[in-house]
Amino acid sequence: MSWFTKVKKPLAAISLRKKRIPEGVWVKCDGCKEIIYTPELERNFRVCLKCGFHHRLPARGRVALLTDSGTFEERDRHLHPGDPLRFKDSKRYRDRIADAQKKTGNEDAIVAGTALLDGRPVEVAALDFDYMGGSMGSVVGEKITRAADRARLSRRPLIVASCSGGARMQEGILSLMQMAKTSAALGELAEARVPYISVLADPTSGGVTASFAMLGDVIMAEPDALICFAGPRVIEQTIGEKLPAGFQRSEFLLKHGFVDMVVPRLEMKKTISKLLGHLCGAQACAQPENDAPAHRA
Amino acid sequence: MAKRGTGTLTNLDFEEPIAEIESKIGELRELSRRDGIDTTKEIRQLHKKVNKLRRETFSKLTPWQRARLARHPLRPYTLDYVCYMTEDFIEQHGDRCFADGVSIVGGFCRLDGRTVMLIGQQKGRTTKEKIERNFGMTHPEGYRKALRLMKLAEKFGRPVITMMDTPGAYPGVGAEERGQSEAIARNLMEMSRLEVPVISVVIGEGGSGGALALGVGNRVMMMENAIYSVISPEGCAAILWKSVDKIEEAAEALRLTAKDLLTLGVIDEIVKEPTGGAHKNPKIAASILRRVLRRNLDELCKLKPDELVAQRRAKFRSIGEFFGY
Repeated sequence: MSWFTKVKKPLAAISLRKKRIPEGVWVKCDGCKEIIYTPELERNFRVCLKCGFHHRLPARGRVALLTDSGTFEERDRHLHPGDPLRFKDSKRYRDRIADAQKKTGNEDAIVAGTALLDGRPVEVAALDFDYMGGSMGSVVGEKITRAADRARLSRRPLIVASCSGGARMQEGILSLMQMAKTSAALGELAEARVPYISVLADPTSGGVTASFAMLGDVIMAEPDALICFAGPRVIEQTIGEKLPAGFQRSEFLLKHGFVDMVVPRLEMKKTISKLLGHLCGAQACAQPENDAPAHRA
Repeated sequence: MAKRGTGTLTNLDFEEPIAEIESKIGELRELSRRDGIDTTKEIRQLHKKVNKLRRETFSKLTPWQRARLARHPLRPYTLDYVCYMTEDFIEQHGDRCFADGVSIVGGFCRLDGRTVMLIGQQKGRTTKEKIERNFGMTHPEGYRKALRLMKLAEKFGRPVITMMDTPGAYPGVGAEERGQSEAIARNLMEMSRLEVPVISVVIGEGGSGGALALGVGNRVMMMENAIYSVISPEGCAAILWKSVDKIEEAAEALRLTAKDLLTLGVIDEIVKEPTGGAHKNPKIAASILRRVLRRNLDELCKLKPDELVAQRRAKFRSIGEFFGY
């Protein structure tokens, strides 16, 4: 009998010691499966230090990545969703919202505001995949639209970083209409000739891809990001066969002509900065007035 | 021009009792014609009965029943409306990039004497036609053709009428390779700033982004039994309920009927259908729609190009529900 008690004691001690290590200090890389020290990964904007795999970056991380530190002024922060359809599936939409708000600390799946990028004022918005899959409901649509309006009126370039499963089913047709609303606002921005850069991260799909994400003057994608209209599973079900490797990934879209460039996360800010230098610099040749009727951007 | 198939006349389950009485009436008529028996009284009674039953059934359709009416195999399609309510339709083809995109048809035609560009999604009636039209599921080239025709209409100052009737944009390898999302996004942006009147009508199935890509109008309307939704009830049930048996619940929850969309402020008007649905009398359905279109065109044609664009932008700008600041 005494053997067993002796065996039990050290075991309990080990498990106790294990508990004292805060959770999540070490994570396994989704790319190379190596164990990484979490603070190190966070400091590197969630790009694996060993293999360069791009883990999903929450909205505020994205803003920090793309803007000069301490310059971000958040706008429309307290815009929050309603429940226009009183939607309930296995769970009430209201409860899903509450959970997502608790999880992310954001009112909805987007963070937007004004900031400096290498000293240049820009409007920036980033979607948050941790909040109901970054889905677009009325709040996301409204905040993108307001960001586009602010960009147009202030003539600050607009940068939108997408990371989303598409339109939010729980707001039904109102979510769908956000596609038209955001696209219309970007049409106005284009007419005012204010640059719009669209950044696509893994994943960008459905109604988000089929609206503002694909309307950038310049579209840049992170490496190996899934970018699609219909998701691979839906397509596989429709055609009844497996899809080839790399299908609907950034490099595939580059090859087929639907993104301008594939840019690693840590070079994103630098690349955008250079681009804005070309787009916002002094005019090189005569440009028609903005209110000239004939020409449209 | 599309001919309505006469082959397999199908009835939905809730149409069945009505169809039964109707066939009885037919039998009685046949009887009186052949044998000279007077059945006028019986026929009159049955007519009363069937009208009452039809009114009852169709006054309390569930959303899922409406969805099935919207997809009824005999429901009039774009080319049927072209047939019944326009003259001098000249179909144009091709997106000038890749292909024709045959699940969308379009061309100039005359509606009550006024030239309009009519563009609509077209499902097939026969099996062969269905396959040719890809079951009304549009490829990028279809959307690009539609946009080309809209720009053509704008160039010559003609109003645009679009008809939406699709299960959705086609989810396939080629469609993705050729930029399905880019095609839809481009249409949304360009449609929002067309300098001519645009009227969009959901005539059957308004399947998500695949329908919306033709749906950015100064006026958006739905036929009484049409549906318009962010996702099909099947898709929604599979994703959120994880069970295809929950289609009826999903159809209910999505609020996809014309009445719902009017309440939500997404559409401007519901176009009445003959009792029993547009397929019971496509001619009447088309004449009702023609009158509605004419009234709206009369109003919109009074606006200047910039007013049209501003009205359309403001309309979509105001859609959505949110709180706070």
